[in-house]
Amino acid sequence: MTRYFAGLLLLLPLLMLSACETPEQEPESLALYSGRSKALVEPLIDRFEAATGISVEVRYGDTAQLAVALTEEGDQTGADLFWAQDGGALGAVQAAGLLAPLPDSLTGRVDARYRNAAGTWIATSGRARTLAYAPGRVDTTALPQSLFDLTDPQYEGRVGWAPTNGSFQAHVTALRRLVGDDSTRAWLDAMQANGAVAYSNNRAILDGIAAGEVDLGLPNHYYLYGKKADDPSYPVEQTFFAAGDPGNLVNVAGVGVLAGSANQDAALRFVAYLLSDDAQRYFADETYEYPVVQGVTPNARLAGREQLTALQPTVDLEELRDLEATLNLLREAGLL
Amino acid sequence: MTLQTPYRRWYFWLPALLVVLGVTVPLGYLLARAAQADLAQLDALVWRARTWHLFVNTTLLGMGVLAVATLLAFPLAWLTTRTDLRGRRLLTLLGVLPLAVPGYVMAYVLLATTGDYGTLARLTGLGVPRLGGYPGALVALSLYTFPYLFLNLRAALAGLDPALEETAQSLGYTPVQVFRRVVLPQLRPAFYAGALLVGLHVLGDFGVVSLMRFETFSYALYLQYNASYDRIYAAWLALMLLVMTASVLVLEARLLRGLLFHRTGAVPARAAAPAELGAWRWPAYGFAALLTLAAVALPVLTVGYWMLHSDAASAWGDLGAALGRSVLASAPAAGVAAVLALPLAYLSVRRPSAASRGLERIAYLGYATPPLAFALALIVFTLATVPAVYQTLGLLVFAYAMHFLAEAIGPVRSALYQAPPRLEEAARGLGRTPLRAFFAATFPLLRGGLLVSVAFVFLSAMKELPLTFLLSPIGFETLALGVWGYSNEALFGRAAPYALAIILFSAAFVGLLLSQEGGAAKRAGPPAKQGAALTASG
Repeated sequence: MTRYFAGLLLLLPLLMLSACETPEQEPESLALYSGRSKALVEPLIDRFEAATGISVEVRYGDTAQLAVALTEEGDQTGADLFWAQDGGALGAVQAAGLLAPLPDSLTGRVDARYRNAAGTWIATSGRARTLAYAPGRVDTTALPQSLFDLTDPQYEGRVGWAPTNGSFQAHVTALRRLVGDDSTRAWLDAMQANGAVAYSNNRAILDGIAAGEVDLGLPNHYYLYGKKADDPSYPVEQTFFAAGDPGNLVNVAGVGVLAGSANQDAALRFVAYLLSDDAQRYFADETYEYPVVQGVTPNARLAGREQLTALQPTVDLEELRDLEATLNLLREAGLL
Repeated sequence: MTLQTPYRRWYFWLPALLVVLGVTVPLGYLLARAAQADLAQLDALVWRARTWHLFVNTTLLGMGVLAVATLLAFPLAWLTTRTDLRGRRLLTLLGVLPLAVPGYVMAYVLLATTGDYGTLARLTGLGVPRLGGYPGALVALSLYTFPYLFLNLRAALAGLDPALEETAQSLGYTPVQVFRRVVLPQLRPAFYAGALLVGLHVLGDFGVVSLMRFETFSYALYLQYNASYDRIYAAWLALMLLVMTASVLVLEARLLRGLLFHRTGAVPARAAAPAELGAWRWPAYGFAALLTLAAVALPVLTVGYWMLHSDAASAWGDLGAALGRSVLASAPAAGVAAVLALPLAYLSVRRPSAASRGLERIAYLGYATPPLAFALALIVFTLATVPAVYQTLGLLVFAYAMHFLAEAIGPVRSALYQAPPRLEEAARGLGRTPLRAFFAATFPLLRGGLLVSVAFVFLSAMKELPLTFLLSPIGFETLALGVWGYSNEALFGRAAPYALAIILFSAAFVGLLLSQEGGAAKRAGPPAKQGAALTASG
């Protein structure tokens, strides 16, 4: 009986040790840090796994969280790939020297504006920031023409935004580039003073509008198409601000391979897969984003590529890497 | 010294050491990490209006939930113990059943039900404003936590000696005076015990406040963790949360001081004469019906609706995998907790001393520590000392075991009280070593208790959210994370199967709780301690 009990206690550390092993240790396995939400990208990852036999373990999180985690983990990171919701986060990881250069065969697949100069990350899809609204509750003939109009008293308590979301934070970084830190801070303060309602992410903003909590919101463009595909009567519409307004920022989701990864080959296969026509068509037709590879056309329900180019403000996406300063600004403004 | 003897044996000091270090070292490290902040940084991050705002919000939520939970729990406790209302057994069940819907599942249900586009509006065209912010968090947390108060108040009401009330009446007190001056004061210890549990749940909750977007310390800690790995500010937020928890514990201890009411005689078998409700039974039934509707029917119907009206089928495969992962983490945690609980409970029952009481306190400290703060402490600690353990299943298992240890100690201790020590002494007298004597004579009598311990920790870990959220290995998506992740993305249909699975596991937990409460009542253990030991985290 003594032995029985001693065995039980000895088992304890053994149990913990065995549990320390990652449950699925297969020869070909990739660790992906994904700032893109599971609902959006999981089907595509499943297809990659089925096509290649390489299993992908994903850590989902907010883009900023993962970018900072990667910089903090440094060489110790278990990640092979970083798939971010915006170019700025990739820029931050690149600035820390953590990304490996990608071969020309991959970078050559996309237009120069869809990759960084060092060739360490490539966009996988493009997305625009938009103005979403409830058609019944706002005057559709007099919609705000600029992001800066939303601080007007007539919109008090009626605007939803997502200050903790990676896309929004990249947008704030772009604003800092376009109008300067002081004006950006003033806008954040004025929005808060005007009772902007904070949601956790883009989808929640749209649902907030549908539920009647707010009348306007600042999401990425593609969520609404997904909602409408499930439910054609979904009571939200969206539009752009006036041409060139900072509110129409076009950003990208992009991917990079960690320099410290021991699985470079498999990781490159994943990147190549994301740039394949198959995956690009998935982005165009399933997630309603803008494909970045020339041969694949955007979904017909979206604004055309040329139209989008005319609407968007001019920002170099690689310049959006100053994430830490943006987070500090948001913290000072009391939004984080 | 006789006090010291048990600790010479490795099978006592090893588990004791593990528990003490496991609970205190990460917290100590958190403190040390927070102390690294330079003053300017501290000034900018900690001493700002936002901290005050968080403090006020957290306090308001705690007090609000306590008030609403009392309004729900007290009438129900009184109706089920002191009146002639029919169906009191059913009502008792109703008072406990809401525990089967953890707070974050309730929050999901409320979000999916209300609003111009919620289930209610779709089915009936009846648009109610969407719940969110303070009211949303208040409703979800109150509906989930009131059973803790109900169980404590009910036990106290049932155990009151009617002779006191009768004496007061014979001295000329009116029934209202009797109630205010005799009954209510006697209920205070039970109320404080229940209120403490409600308070700990509010402070420790993370799912509800996140989904409802109400900014408390937990929510700020989560945002901070999510937005940036600035550990120092996160550590400070965790510390502030710990200080609030400690204040609640101290407050409870203060209020309880000198409040132990004793009967002079043996336990009376006599119950108080039930109050006749007469026509008042109709409002009573109405109250019960409303509560059933909100706390039980609504979640079940809503989850059912979303299961039927969405592409839930696509999630079935994931559900199986998530279930497997939940079990993979919860089962070892339950085993570890039970193995640690056995020597600790043995010490506290058979060798009561200052040291054994201290050990038990530490186990309760692990239970009272807000899970987010505990998880963050573990992350900070492991990254600095043994980075290889960071983001492993082992760490998650360890965290569950330490956090839920208190739940495992309770049932083992109750079983030990019933196991006669003489058998073991006799075995020793026959020449067996203490350990052999224990396994020959006592252990067989503890199997039932140990099994309950394992079950409690297993079921608690299955539905636990904050620890799981921060400590899960990469890609390790459990049932709780499924509910939370999908409802956070407003994908209510996808969240439905996960929510249903959680409700089923929690219902099993409630069943176990009820059968234990029944047994505990027979053994007449101290109700407050029983309640504390048997309660689960949300």
